[in-house]
Amino acid sequence: MSFPLAAWRALIRPGDVLVALAGLALCVHAFVSLWQGGRPETALVRAGGKLVAELDLALPQEFDVRGPLGMTRIEIQPGRARVATDPGPRQYCVRQGWLTQAGAVAICAPNQVSLSLSGRGADYDSLNY
Amino acid sequence: MTRSTIELVPTAKDRRIARHAAAAIVLTVAEAAIPLPLPGLKPGLANIVTLIVLARWGWREAVWVALLRVLAASLLLGQFLAPGFFLSLSGALASLLVLGLAMHLPRRWFGPVSHSILAAFAHIGAQLVVARLWLVPHDGVFYLLPVFALAAVVFGIVNGLVAARLLQELHAPGGAAVPPAAPLPER
Repeated sequence: MSFPLAAWRALIRPGDVLVALAGLALCVHAFVSLWQGGRPETALVRAGGKLVAELDLALPQEFDVRGPLGMTRIEIQPGRARVATDPGPRQYCVRQGWLTQAGAVAICAPNQVSLSLSGRGADYDSLNY
Repeated sequence: MTRSTIELVPTAKDRRIARHAAAAIVLTVAEAAIPLPLPGLKPGLANIVTLIVLARWGWREAVWVALLRVLAASLLLGQFLAPGFFLSLSGALASLLVLGLAMHLPRRWFGPVSHSILAAFAHIGAQLVVARLWLVPHDGVFYLLPVFALAAVVFGIVNGLVAARLLQELHAPGGAAVPPAAPLPER
């Protein structure tokens, strides 16, 4: 039984094309907004230039790092991380607040601790404030 | 043997629903044999039957056929009351709701292909929401959205075309065993 291509095309009504295109647009939108980087996956904690911890950003947790001045506390929540406390005098890294994008870095220079977020397809190599 | 005091006389409508549901169940079971990369990523061939019933016999019968199919297919596949069952059920309910609305779109412009795509999106939407709320309480499930959305478009079009084709065949002279209840949609 043959059913030529033109006959299949006759089954499609004008609105169907619109619905299909809208569906495709939704796909593209979902793909771009969900799969295109920018989402951090792990937090890298460095002390004295050495990587001391690679923390998963899926679960909330706290992590303490020792530096020359004392303890720096890193706080992780799903999808974000921050330096909660630091013994440094000017508190720049603490005041930077939550890091939410892959590539974002908070550096506690006096205590030689840094917190950076990494993820696949990061939008930026490094983000500093 | 004592004669049963209760006599259930199936009407023509009951038989019709049973026939269509049987076809849908067969498609679901056959489809379960197809290996697919992601759980839940299925062509949903049974929805072809739902679309045909919707077009020929109306929404109420489509609801019957779809829900009977979900129930019976889950029993056959050993999925009854398992998470997969609730996912299919939520998907079926959502797509039936959307079909109920979509069938009132002007027939001249929107055919079975539109209905199929819209129902497919309702299906994945409801499934993802149920999965997010209950099975995987993490936003990670939404990372699957692009894949499911693409599947909804592709399988929606394919199923819609097949349904449209079968409807055409059924409406063709001599093709229909039972005359349709509703007047033919204008093409």
